[in-house]
Amino acid sequence: MNAELTGAEITIRCLQEEGVQCIFGYPGGAVLFIYDELFKQDKVRHILVRHEQAAIHAADGYARSSDKVGVALVTSGPGVTNAVTGIATAYMDSIPLVIISGQVPTGAIGLDAFQEVDTVGITRPCVKHNFLVKDVSELAVTIKKAFYIASTGRPGPVLVDIPKDVTQQQTQFVYPDKVTMRSYNPVIKGNSRQIKKAAELILDAKRPMIYAGGGVILSDAAEQLTELARMLNFPCTNTLMGLGGFPATDKQSLGMLGMHGTYEANMAMQYCDVLIAVGARFDDRVIGNPKHFSNENRKIIHIDIDPSSISKRVKVDVPIVGDVLDVLKELIKLLKTEKKKPELPSLKEWWKQINLWRERDCLRFDRDSKIIKPQMVIEKLYQITKGDAFITSDVGQHQMWAAQFYKFDKPRRWINSGGLGTMGFGMPAAMGVQLANPKGKVACITGEASIQMCIQELSTCKQYRLPLKIVNLNNRYMGMVRQWQEFFHGNRYAESYMNALPDFVKLSESYGHVGIKIEHPEDVEGALKEAFKLKDQLVFLDFITDQTENVFPMVPGGKGLSEMILV
Amino acid sequence: MRHIISLLMENESGALSRVAGLFSARGYNIESLTVAPTEDPTLSRMTLVTIGSDEVVEQVTKQLNKLIEVVKIIDLNEGDHIERELMLVKVRAIGAERDEMMRLTEIFRGSIIDVTNKSYTIELTGTSSKLDAFLESIDRSAVLETVRTGACGIGRGEWVLRV
Repeated sequence: MNAELTGAEITIRCLQEEGVQCIFGYPGGAVLFIYDELFKQDKVRHILVRHEQAAIHAADGYARSSDKVGVALVTSGPGVTNAVTGIATAYMDSIPLVIISGQVPTGAIGLDAFQEVDTVGITRPCVKHNFLVKDVSELAVTIKKAFYIASTGRPGPVLVDIPKDVTQQQTQFVYPDKVTMRSYNPVIKGNSRQIKKAAELILDAKRPMIYAGGGVILSDAAEQLTELARMLNFPCTNTLMGLGGFPATDKQSLGMLGMHGTYEANMAMQYCDVLIAVGARFDDRVIGNPKHFSNENRKIIHIDIDPSSISKRVKVDVPIVGDVLDVLKELIKLLKTEKKKPELPSLKEWWKQINLWRERDCLRFDRDSKIIKPQMVIEKLYQITKGDAFITSDVGQHQMWAAQFYKFDKPRRWINSGGLGTMGFGMPAAMGVQLANPKGKVACITGEASIQMCIQELSTCKQYRLPLKIVNLNNRYMGMVRQWQEFFHGNRYAESYMNALPDFVKLSESYGHVGIKIEHPEDVEGALKEAFKLKDQLVFLDFITDQTENVFPMVPGGKGLSEMILV
Repeated sequence: MRHIISLLMENESGALSRVAGLFSARGYNIESLTVAPTEDPTLSRMTLVTIGSDEVVEQVTKQLNKLIEVVKIIDLNEGDHIERELMLVKVRAIGAERDEMMRLTEIFRGSIIDVTNKSYTIELTGTSSKLDAFLESIDRSAVLETVRTGACGIGRGEWVLRV
């Protein structure tokens, strides 16, 4: 018989059994026994962040840039409440995470104990599932379930709340090989009749369009999506979450669609006759007002693993519930056996129309400006990194410019908070990305407002020598707020001016990093090159950019996709 | 339209709050909700009455299905079903009212389960609309207290909801 282990030992053993190499966390009273066990082993590396929000974002970036489950460890009470923003961020973007939180001892639950909050209650609306472990005998199987639920079906964060006394109790440790749950059986294989119907629609299409979302990235189906699009010669657009799912430099790519999508992508969405939605959810920032996007004018095929995503905002004609990877494989197989091919003359006509839309050159900007244009910085970053860096971003104008101007050819290279739009996400996420890809070039595109929301993580970067390149597009405004105020609130810039900014160069240097301030367009390239030459150093690049630059095209809220404001 | 949704879920603490939380978070309305363990004590059966368009109710059932603890779910309106609700009404019963209340209770096939010299407590079972009809038919000022369980429902014939 094996010796009995404590709950704390079991927790760490479970992580080891799951093959977890790296976790992000912050200690506190309720998790002290777990930290004690972490201390005694060296299989699971712990990264100490400076705020729990960053622990979750880092685990999130770790997960997004690899195909692993991200893991975070936080204490009870404020540890959990600080983590909530990170958890909600991961939930909105369907990122597989396991969060282990400490809780006050079972006997103290409900008595308003020190650092007690109703963790299961607070996190319930923003997790895929959560558990409170009341007895050590349930601990191992609960953690197994957490990893299983987080990583299967539509992925998402799962939280396991462990009271302190449970981490002290002892029991035999048995880690189950697998778990089955009668109440949780995600559908993986698509219905073959539906796939057949989809194939028929595809072959009849005269003005087809592929609209691919984050589901393609999450199910690692970029290769299959690319194969499908190329074999059919169909145009493909990617959502903000789906960038990299189809190579942006491919001639069939129309770039990103949506509120700040390209003219050609949005027009093609609006005027196509068959739309193939792959792992995308017709989000309000993507299709605008659903009233302007009815299925009367086009047939819609929708592939998604989550049945509740189907016909939620837009009614679809051929829903296929299943894993994107699996369904695409089946669809490709079927199309290969079909003798019928898409009608070439009409497809040619359609491409002609798309190319006309392309000529509108909707992403143009003033390249001769004497003030640094933010778009230019990202273009240079793209050139210097040869399109091969991992790019994280915060939220706002810089995020949209990054999505528009950095051409992602590979999946899991573009890491941003798409659903929740969490400012402060970029740098901690980049830490996770760097730890998951130690040899990768990692840049965080941010703004002077967003970066200050998790600026304390410069300290974590120092401790673990994470050589991030922070590309700060500093326009002394909350740029996106300012843009909306300019367009829709009569130029009244209420509280959107960033006053009393720190000297970012000195700030970075005080943490032991390198800081460079760049004020002239001609210095942009040199600074970026220098930053990437400093392979072992975090370099904070503070670009002083044009304050009045706006993101175009723009579909104003409540409008249809073709009603864009253009440059 | 009014829909009766029946579901089986793991009989675990917190499961009910997930369902209730889902309704408030997504802005669906709950007319009534009843829940109790089944013959298999690991399962609870819940009946939810909600009002919404077909699209909304479709989303409600999909979202409920997504909850990890929900094992199975049906919309009883998709087939023939029986619906029952239990109501206890305490009414004033003095003088001539005593006979009148007894007669009405008989007409509605209820029973008087507690009696004092001033009041009756009436037990009544039926569809929710039948219970409404009973309350309509008696003098409102005579009603001292009502308790209703909310509707529960079951499919007709061979139509069963089980694991």
